[in-house]
Amino acid sequence: MQKIEAIIQPSKLDAVKDALLEVGIEGMTILEARGHGRQKGHTEFYRGREYTVDLLPKIKLELVLPDDMVEKAIQVIASSARTGKIGDGKIFLSKVEDAIRIRNDERGETVL
Amino acid sequence: MRSWCKKIFLAVFLLLPCGLTCAAQSALTADADRIAKLEKAVQDAQTAGDNGWMLVSAALVLLMTGPGLALFYSGLVRKKNVLGTMMQSFAMMAIITMLWATVTYSLAFSTGNAFIGGLQNMFLRGVGLTPDPNYAATIPLQTYMIYQLMFAIITPALITGAFAERMKFSSMAVFLTLWSIFIYSPMAHMVWGVGGLLNAAGGRFPCLDFAGGTVVHVTSGVSALVTAIYLGKRIGYPKIQTPPHSVVLSFIGACLLWVGWFGFNAGSALGAGPLATSAFVNTHFAAAAAALSWSIVEKIRNGKSSALGAISGAVAGLVAITPASGFVQPMSAIFIGLAVGVVCFFMVVKVKSFFGYDDSLDAFGVHGVGGTLGAILTGFFATSAINPIFKDAKGNTLASGAVDGNWAQIGNQAIGVAIAWGISIVGTLVLLFLVDKLMGLRVSPEDEQEGLDLSQHGEEGYDYGE
Repeated sequence: MQKIEAIIQPSKLDAVKDALLEVGIEGMTILEARGHGRQKGHTEFYRGREYTVDLLPKIKLELVLPDDMVEKAIQVIASSARTGKIGDGKIFLSKVEDAIRIRNDERGETVL
Repeated sequence: MRSWCKKIFLAVFLLLPCGLTCAAQSALTADADRIAKLEKAVQDAQTAGDNGWMLVSAALVLLMTGPGLALFYSGLVRKKNVLGTMMQSFAMMAIITMLWATVTYSLAFSTGNAFIGGLQNMFLRGVGLTPDPNYAATIPLQTYMIYQLMFAIITPALITGAFAERMKFSSMAVFLTLWSIFIYSPMAHMVWGVGGLLNAAGGRFPCLDFAGGTVVHVTSGVSALVTAIYLGKRIGYPKIQTPPHSVVLSFIGACLLWVGWFGFNAGSALGAGPLATSAFVNTHFAAAAAALSWSIVEKIRNGKSSALGAISGAVAGLVAITPASGFVQPMSAIFIGLAVGVVCFFMVVKVKSFFGYDDSLDAFGVHGVGGTLGAILTGFFATSAINPIFKDAKGNTLASGAVDGNWAQIGNQAIGVAIAWGISIVGTLVLLFLVDKLMGLRVSPEDEQEGLDLSQHGEEGYDYGE
């Protein structure tokens, strides 16, 4: 069981969601986030005063998947979220110890 | 038989003129009655038309303060100060109205000396529904009073842009109350009051100010600068980021200001006649021209034309055309608009950062500078073809501004502007000093960090809750 955390451009959310659905991945959690990597921010001008906005709006996607589906999901997310420009985001992987369904205390991969 | 006929004929002949005269006399009185009735009907019709427009204009000018100015200003502050900023404008709608009803209308418009009116109209004594030909011959004096009140409300509200995000609500209320009594009232009396020093009709220095370029915009703009400097900068300015929290709010506010300004300027014709049309057209043309020129300069200097720039330009154009609106030709209005858009852009972008004062929302850069430029240009472009304001003893029309050949008018305008600057600087300094000693002007640094909404009013503008 692994957790995928993908930080993507907000404009790519629909494309990623649809692509994941197409390969049969249905569960996901989405967070509206702000941040920057190498992209840094941009500058805004208000009546001549310059403001740097260095934390940009991003979407963070979280999914926990059985090991055999992880590679497929990564490919799908990367290809559908890519614009080729700086600021496209990143994907992080981590091991997940266990999963529990709150409704009935079920545990393990069957929960996913 | 014949003699009988003759006699009858003679009698009729002799009596006829008498009867005719009697008939003519009664016909004459009937005609006079009818003419009197007609005159009354014509007068009533004109009063109905003029009064209708003036009441709408009064409402339009109030629309400029709330919601217009309240939205325009509050969008430009950080979101922790949105309600505090709105309340500063809204408070003027309540406070100045009470002042006007009790004392300031009298100080501004009752007969007094060249500098200030008397106290005979206190509590609106004598301000009834019959017109006062000294001010407006066709509308009830009470309409004139309520219309002028809306100007008295927006003027101190404009100053609040200079001390945004850092003044105590209580001190602001006391300061602007005193300001309205000691600066606005005398200035309005000098320019518009009967016997005023700068009154265009019969003053010592006849100053052309159709709708309040000096009375409203120069006084508020210059007082704003003094207040911004006296109070000092916001904590951390200019290092910290204080971008507008919602240009959308400001955008709506500026568009409401534009619409409301038709009441401000075209209403200043004090009737629904052709002069109102002239002021209406000029107002619109100047706003459009200034929005365009500000945007073009911004595009050249920053590479982009911003929404905030376009609306700031429009407001600057409206400010500058205010004194000129009922005196100039439409093409002059476009020139005034184009000029002020460029000048005010450099004021708020370059000059402010050069001197480093924190006129937070550019009340001085737009109103003080735009008003001054507009007042001077009025002396240049005013023409008797639009408004024959100056007359000699025989009633012949005299030249208005420099375009008519009366170059001296630019001097009169400069005197009007200089007096407005003088009274604003000295008066504001004295009042700020007094209020500062009495109760302090600024909020505590902790309150400033927390924001005016919570610290001054105990509420938040954007609490979406669950």
